Amino acid sequence: MVHGELWTLKELFVYPNEYIYWSIQIVMYPFMTGLVAGAFVLSSLYHVFGIKELKDIARFALVFSFALLFAAPMPIVLHLQHPFRGINVMMTPHFTSAIAAFGIVFFTYGTIVASELWFLYRKHFVEVALPLKEKKDKSLTEWIKFIVFYTLTLGVYDISEESLKRDEKAIKILAGVGIPVACFLHGYAGFIFGSVKANALWMTPLMPVIFIMSAIVSGIALCLLTYIIVMELRKIKVKSHRKPWMPKLEDVKGVEMSVIRITAKYLLLFMVFAITLELLDLVFRGYTAVRHWDILRTVIYNKDFTNIFILQYTFGNLIPFIIFLIPGLTIRRAIIGLVLVIMGVFMMRWNVVIGGQAFSLTLSGYMEYIVPIIPHDWETFKEGMGGAVSIFVMPFVLFWVFAKIFPVFNLKESH
Amino acid sequence: MINRREFLKNTVKGIAGLAVPLAAIEIINPRKLHAANSSEKSKVRWVFLVDTYKCVGCGFCVKACKNENEIPYDANVTRTWVERYVLTKEGRLFADSPKGARDGFITTKIDRGLGNFQDIKKEDIKKAFFVPKLCNQCENPPCVQVCPVGATYQTDDGVVLVDRTWCIGCGYCIMACPYGVRFFHPKYHTAEKCNFCYHRITKGMKTACVQACPFGARMIGNIKDPNDPVTKIITTERVGVLKSEYGTKPQVYYIGLDEEVR
Repeated sequence: MVHGELWTLKELFVYPNEYIYWSIQIVMYPFMTGLVAGAFVLSSLYHVFGIKELKDIARFALVFSFALLFAAPMPIVLHLQHPFRGINVMMTPHFTSAIAAFGIVFFTYGTIVASELWFLYRKHFVEVALPLKEKKDKSLTEWIKFIVFYTLTLGVYDISEESLKRDEKAIKILAGVGIPVACFLHGYAGFIFGSVKANALWMTPLMPVIFIMSAIVSGIALCLLTYIIVMELRKIKVKSHRKPWMPKLEDVKGVEMSVIRITAKYLLLFMVFAITLELLDLVFRGYTAVRHWDILRTVIYNKDFTNIFILQYTFGNLIPFIIFLIPGLTIRRAIIGLVLVIMGVFMMRWNVVIGGQAFSLTLSGYMEYIVPIIPHDWETFKEGMGGAVSIFVMPFVLFWVFAKIFPVFNLKESH
Repeated sequence: MINRREFLKNTVKGIAGLAVPLAAIEIINPRKLHAANSSEKSKVRWVFLVDTYKCVGCGFCVKACKNENEIPYDANVTRTWVERYVLTKEGRLFADSPKGARDGFITTKIDRGLGNFQDIKKEDIKKAFFVPKLCNQCENPPCVQVCPVGATYQTDDGVVLVDRTWCIGCGYCIMACPYGVRFFHPKYHTAEKCNFCYHRITKGMKTACVQACPFGARMIGNIKDPNDPVTKIITTERVGVLKSEYGTKPQVYYIGLDEEVR
């Protein structure tokens, strides 16, 4: 079977070799990198711009961004026909291609996030490692903990007031440099699509900017959502089984409404930018109505109407917008709004990637993508629902692991 | 014992050294240098000429191509194909290419996809014709531009080739081609396309499709040779190319191209 044939339905006149070659994993790719960039920008709002209300969520967002970072290249790996040759991109990068820069941008960004995390948690590493070093007859878990944290200190044990001040400065610089790099990481994902001149829907210079704006929206939404859920779970856990080593109930306040309110404000701000640009793009296409507008119109207003206007714009943008604007925001309402926002951004990626392949290069035929839900071989798993869900779950699992090394709550003193 | 500063310095140097791609320290090959410096890179630039008036849609070219280039016969992908266009008096356009016209057009019904067929009465037809398609071996190939690893490249004589041992199978080139000539090879799982039967033309033979065409609708030639019959036609007669608006500078020329051709 030809790659793509299994999940493509062709209608009217379509070239014989045309199929939906870029399937759900290519939807996941900008979605995940968008979350990475968005989470980082959220954390930088505190570290760079000093928005004090976001102090709690900033630390959380940075660790989460790090977890997301590992999941971001996975969709590409699952999508490649030769995943083991993926390293060729780094060995013989062909720089006229937008994808060739991936390795460089990704590792630059990864280095920035990792360094920032190190400066942020350096004190914690030292505080864990040194007492363990002194301790005689360590248990096995203590040995492992000691080795991990002792390595993570990188041989620096100075946690004097003065050196911590310097750390703070370094964090500020890294977070500042990180913002443009994060935007570049994602904007360039937009460039991958926006520069395909053969595709009538993709080709627009607005694409990278639209991608960055919706990325920040999705990143903030996912961070806030996870933050609320984690905080609430902690509260429930502490309430239900009291253990002596657990923090006191009074100390576990649950989520602060002020944090939600402030973060939601930034969410709305970036949502306004994103929607404005998307609508500008749509209006401009309709107004100029060049050759391919005839088929684009039928795709946008007929074939993909539900995906674009109902799921993306109404449920993903309009309803959450109203939810957050009505005064007296509650946690439950915030959760509903955030889930809808994340779904909306996912649908935006879907409508770009799949929508861009919904019409033929002949401009007189259509293709429909049928997502493989129940896999019957490796290909239908990795390029179907199974693969997409696995990718989405991955950062949460990683976050759970990372949170053991980089605790996001109850640090005695934090930057 | 090195101190930390030394260690960090050396690490940075080491990483920087590793980052220099091997290609940058390649020893200069005198022949390559000569080729790069000579004003005329190659004395050959392969071009293709299709006379749509002569095509009857028999599909012999598609069959020959599939056999010659080992594209699985029953797979629904093909390096070359033939399209049928039917314009009705009402001004409606119908077009199809069932199985790339591998078996020719055995019915008058137009394949509308999803199992639907449309029969058009003879008296309703304003005009109808066939258009063979293949890779345009563009002078400015977008597929080569977007390949992230350089696995697809243009030879000095203008043909765009794919390195099956290096292609990672990302599909970016497939997306970038406005002509839809690229696909994934069902067996090798790498990007695949028409290469003007490069293994044949470089040995003085014709391409498989040119050889198989019983009506002479397909011709291949060297545009840099003024005495080549193909060059003579392209330079002296009225010919067209497909989708010139993309700036790809396609090198497959058509006689009798209609504005309805997609």
